[in-house]
Amino acid sequence: MATEVLMPALSPTMTEGKIARWLKNEGEPVRAGDVLAEIETDKATMEVEAIDEGILARIVIPEGTEHVAVNTPIAVIADDGEEVGTVKKAGPVPTARSEVPLMEARPSRPPPAAAVRLAPSAETEYTGKTTTMTVREALRDAMAEEMRRDEAVFLIGEEVAEYQGAYKVSQGLLQEFGPRRVIDTPITEQGFTGLGVGAAFAGLRPIVEFMTFNFAMQAIDQIINSAAKTRYMSGGQMTCPIVFRGPNGIAARVAAQHSQCYASWYAHVPGLKVIAPYTGADHKGLLKAAIRDPNPVVFLEHELVYGESFAVPDDPEFIVPIGKARIVRPGEQVTITAFSRMVKLAMQAAEELEKAGISAEVIDLRTLRPFDIETVVASVKKTNRIVAVEEGWPFAGIGAELAAIMMEGSFDWLDAPLKRVAGKDVPLPYAANLERLAVPQVEDVVAAAREVAYQ
Amino acid sequence: MAVKRKADPVKFAELGVSPKELLRYYRDMLLIRRFEERAGQMYGMGLIGGFCHLYIGQEAVVIGMQSALKEGDTIVTSYRDHGHMLACGMDPKGVMAELTGRRGGYSHGKGGSMHMFSREKNFFGGHGIVGAQVPIGTGLAFAHHYRGNGLICVTYLGDGAINQGQVYESFNMAGLWKLPIVYVIENNRYGMGTSIDRASARTDLFHRGMAYGIPGEQVDGMNVLAVYEAGLAAAEHARSGQGSITLEMMTYRYRGHSMSDPAKYRTRDEVNRMRTEHDPIEHLRHRLLENGTSEAELKKIEGQVRDLVAEAAQFAQDSPEPDPAELWTDVLAEA
Repeated sequence: MATEVLMPALSPTMTEGKIARWLKNEGEPVRAGDVLAEIETDKATMEVEAIDEGILARIVIPEGTEHVAVNTPIAVIADDGEEVGTVKKAGPVPTARSEVPLMEARPSRPPPAAAVRLAPSAETEYTGKTTTMTVREALRDAMAEEMRRDEAVFLIGEEVAEYQGAYKVSQGLLQEFGPRRVIDTPITEQGFTGLGVGAAFAGLRPIVEFMTFNFAMQAIDQIINSAAKTRYMSGGQMTCPIVFRGPNGIAARVAAQHSQCYASWYAHVPGLKVIAPYTGADHKGLLKAAIRDPNPVVFLEHELVYGESFAVPDDPEFIVPIGKARIVRPGEQVTITAFSRMVKLAMQAAEELEKAGISAEVIDLRTLRPFDIETVVASVKKTNRIVAVEEGWPFAGIGAELAAIMMEGSFDWLDAPLKRVAGKDVPLPYAANLERLAVPQVEDVVAAAREVAYQ
Repeated sequence: MAVKRKADPVKFAELGVSPKELLRYYRDMLLIRRFEERAGQMYGMGLIGGFCHLYIGQEAVVIGMQSALKEGDTIVTSYRDHGHMLACGMDPKGVMAELTGRRGGYSHGKGGSMHMFSREKNFFGGHGIVGAQVPIGTGLAFAHHYRGNGLICVTYLGDGAINQGQVYESFNMAGLWKLPIVYVIENNRYGMGTSIDRASARTDLFHRGMAYGIPGEQVDGMNVLAVYEAGLAAAEHARSGQGSITLEMMTYRYRGHSMSDPAKYRTRDEVNRMRTEHDPIEHLRHRLLENGTSEAELKKIEGQVRDLVAEAAQFAQDSPEPDPAELWTDVLAEA
């Protein structure tokens, strides 16, 4: 059966080209893979190869012809001894389209209103026994409980085993679970992050500890391109149940390269969940939820919070649902949103404001993706004012996102423009006085709240 | 440390490869060749978009290597991945329909040429970032090690990826923890348009694992039996608890890096010489005929392969585009 050779598209953008040269003559035998002709595109000269064997029966477009449109027949290849008059046109001319999907057919689902919204399961008030402990201990207990519960969970990172954690978060885990499940790595972030992703693809549940999230920048390709996108790129076939955790944000006097908030970086990425808790109970309950979650979760801790003590639930089944903000202090006149260490500042600011006669509602965002838009919008519909606090830089930050959320969800309820309190737009300086100026302080939050309250 | 070169001709019988098995190699290599030629043609017709990296010329590497593996062993590779998927036993229809971005594709049209997976066939992608599959494969091997299940991972990478830092981060961990992994370096001599001697300080890549205690071997990647023999020994090495090993497969890609490659960095003579003198499929065909397989038998296989590819191409054009609602699915797994 004779087939036409069509002018090929040799790049994603090519629409026409020139037949520069024919390398086979009419009547010559051709085999699959033989170069038939050279085609000049706007970018390059490329070769056209035969895709089947036969005889080059006819050259339809002679060499030297310019502006030959893609898909124009340029030659005819016939079987040996075949009449060329009865050429069957090759190409994408399917007649009856059979609807036979190879993969399992799936019911089509309506798109959600926004990709970041996800209805969280309801959070019930915990009324059981609690123990007062540090955030550091709450994180350790969360990991230990989940490792007891599920053999697939393991901890990997720099200094997590013998050293007991650079910030002592993994204290005692090596002793309980042994070196098979508590694994010290070389200093090799991109390597062990990718290794964790591969292990998660294979069905294990790695907890990858970064000594600080500053070092995760070495590995961010694996977090985003490999961990976050693979489920989508595989049409839902692959899962990547992995937790990336470690301290984020500033520490004390460690200067620019070790002091940065990555909340908005990761919150930007579909396919990730991003958590940044403050209280001990939330650290424990959300880390347990993260470990049990079938998705990649970025869990942002804070060095300056590790030593703070809170009442933490004892129940090993205490879980805090991902995706739910919490009103930590109800108020009437201004909403203050914060996450991680900034919740503490927001609470202190609210106390100051109360003394000045301003009633502030403080929301601990806790999860940044999926974002609990409803809780913030409902609060602003009551207070009509909002201050967004974060430790990171203001530009394209979480506060900027909250401003957009307010425009979309609470525009008619606002009595003042949203005010951001954020880290100053500079690399973090070392000098003690400059560092203090660069990082949000309680008085900055108070001043912002007074400004939006016009008091 | 065993670092050796191996390009000697291999005798069929010595390897215990049955004539039936040899015919399967022939069929499987031919399937990749014809599939890729058709993919190139369909790209030319505008049915396939974006990037499309063809495997033509390198077929012996993946067929020889996959033939040396056991059920349950895991595979991961880069973006030049169509051949690996077919070699893993994935359905040509589903692969081609992914190339055309249709509902019937392995990723329901959401991944494309470089991003396909099959949990059923233990094929873990299909990764578009050069070198990123190497730590991932090391993690698959880590999972085998963690579970103690006696399985291994084969991680394919090219001579371009070999200069990425994360490859050595992976080698170090694999060497340190004796992970059951075979790193198959497909040395086709060009990373995109840069020849290996313009990119690598040392061009004998089987040495690259040595600093990490990983032995290496150079193999004639145009000879499926040489690949199979080296693959068997390497798989046994990794499976037996001795740790990782690298195989440098000396191979050649006939086509450009991707579809829009102008091929100005090498001569047509060089490509023609490889095609006429070292073609892996012609090589095996010749050996089969020498060993008593009839021309008719080979023609029959060629006909079967042609039908299979035609069927895949038809399916890939008939399968509908994804439902618009698919835009929003598979971002997250249900918790």
